[in-house]
Amino acid sequence: MLLVTCPVCHASGDETDFHFGGQAHVARPATSNPEGISDEQQREYLFTRINPKGLHFERVRCDRGCGKWFHAARDTMTMEFKAFYGITELPPDHVIKQAKGAWAEYFTMRMKKQK
Amino acid sequence: MLKPRYSIFSLARNAMNYHKDWERAWRSPSPKAEYDAVIVGAGGHGLATAYYLAKNHKMTNIAVVEKGWLGGGNTGRNTTIIRSNYLQDPSIAIYELARTLYEGLSQELNYNVMFSPRGVLMLCQTQHELRAFQRTAHANRLAGLDCRMITPAEVKEIVPIINDDPNCRYPILGAYYQPRGGTGRHDAVAWGYARGADDMGVDIIQNCEVTGIQRDGNQVMGLETSRGVIKTKKVGVVTAGNVSTVMDMAGVRMPIESLCLQALVSEPIKPVIDCVVMANTVHGYMSQSDKGELVIGGGTDPYNNYSQRGSFASLEHTITALIETFPIISRLRMLRHWGGIVDMTGDRSPIIGKTPVDGLYVNCGWGTGGFKAIPGSGWVFADTLANDRPHKIAEAFSMERFTEGRFIDESVAAAVAH
Ligand SMILES: Cc1cc2nc3c(=O)[nH]c(=O)nc-3n(C[C@H](O)[C@H](O)[C@H](O)COP(=O)(O)OP(=O)(O)OC[C@H]3O[C@@H](n4cnc5c(N)ncnc54)[C@H](O)[C@@H]3O)c2cc1C
Ligand SMILES: [Zn+2]
Repeated sequence: MLLVTCPVCHASGDETDFHFGGQAHVARPATSNPEGISDEQQREYLFTRINPKGLHFERVRCDRGCGKWFHAARDTMTMEFKAFYGITELPPDHVIKQAKGAWAEYFTMRMKKQK
Repeated sequence: MLKPRYSIFSLARNAMNYHKDWERAWRSPSPKAEYDAVIVGAGGHGLATAYYLAKNHKMTNIAVVEKGWLGGGNTGRNTTIIRSNYLQDPSIAIYELARTLYEGLSQELNYNVMFSPRGVLMLCQTQHELRAFQRTAHANRLAGLDCRMITPAEVKEIVPIINDDPNCRYPILGAYYQPRGGTGRHDAVAWGYARGADDMGVDIIQNCEVTGIQRDGNQVMGLETSRGVIKTKKVGVVTAGNVSTVMDMAGVRMPIESLCLQALVSEPIKPVIDCVVMANTVHGYMSQSDKGELVIGGGTDPYNNYSQRGSFASLEHTITALIETFPIISRLRMLRHWGGIVDMTGDRSPIIGKTPVDGLYVNCGWGTGGFKAIPGSGWVFADTLANDRPHKIAEAFSMERFTEGRFIDESVAAAVAH
């Protein structure tokens, strides 16, 4: 049983109080440029998933609390949560540093964009 | 090199000798430097692929590499439901091929896989579900499958322990019945294919984890493993819940998420149910093993997981549903429970075929329902690998379908798709 803390209302509960919404930080390409979207981009958005054994980032909803969506960083092998953070936020720096593979690439790309 | 056949006589002969002289079912070879093809993952699908590569395509200089022990993944963890009454034509084709092969598999492998066509019954517990199954029934009729809708009275006759109270929360409105569906012995399927493949010269290498895929340009050149480098120009990745991690080694991102699916068995009791009952609306299904244990399963846990351990909340959900459906089980003690990591695709159908990398093939995405498909999947994947083009039945299951929007949608057809 996973124990989750909502970063919005700060309520803690077990996993049945929350709803899991899959991979975090999936941006819908058609939002900014509906005509210019290729089939490949749409596939990436809808189906291709980062599916790591280890540190993962996912969306969670505070189902029986404030009802808000937020983000969690969790290890898919040990089940340990590394961070809970807001829906518009990136994970804390020390957690980003632990990211590997596709997630590391993603955060490097996001950081570049921010600068 | 042919092994002595198993028979009633060999059984009697060995019984006389306290079963001390049984020959090993397969060798434990060290990896050779190079093979014509290597299958990654010695689950049912990988072993069946190797068997048919050797048998149908005469490719015997091949190996199956397995990070743990053969059959230790989902193949040894599933609840063994076998049926073919899926909604979409491509699914019907592959699952029915598999079901048909299961009928003769014990003879084919000279290994008792205990295929038991005891009938699979899928309950309709809402008007919506009743209509959805009627639609599936029509589709299956057109495909020539032997299946039919049955009435609540017939359900009660086939499964006397079922709760047929018309006033319960989810009353039984009927069921969709495949009398030729049933169960099999999961370990025996893996062992039988392993023994058969080994007999034809296939090297099955256990405790050998693949850690890297070597390439020259876009061509696969070999595998890095915990037991050294193995050269080969054909690799078939058949690693179920670990498919994303292995394909990552070749730079291919998959449309897959790995979730935990759990199952459990009760203490053994006298025979109470002689078919498989699936209750998709309430997320539970049950059958009884030959040992008398009730074999129980439900839906997946809701989040990505590689740990092969699930959460109690999902188990509780399954048990609650089944106690409502079969009130007599409420006081049974549960003996064992376990989890397997299943590879889920967006349309709940498998991926079989070539990949963007030359010489790299993949067979995955069987998710919660691939045990029933093992013989058919091995058959078409072996053909795909041997001829470097998809087998007719495998064509529809290519990875490109996610780019083309050509889904084989089985997620609406069965909420608990085993
Ligand atoms: C609880 C449960 C109940 C189920 N019930 C049913 C059912 O009733 N009916 C049904 O049809 N299906 C059912 N399924 C699904 C079915 O079990 C699977 O679809 C099927 O067994 C998949 O077989 P496989 O050979 O692809 O995978 P597996 O049997 O999992 O084999 C994959 C192998 O790859 C190995 N591997 C992974 N990574 C590496 C690596 N890097 N190097 C080397 N080897 C590696 C693993 O160790 C494993 O042995 C169920 C599954 C579960 C978990
Ligand atoms: Zn909250």
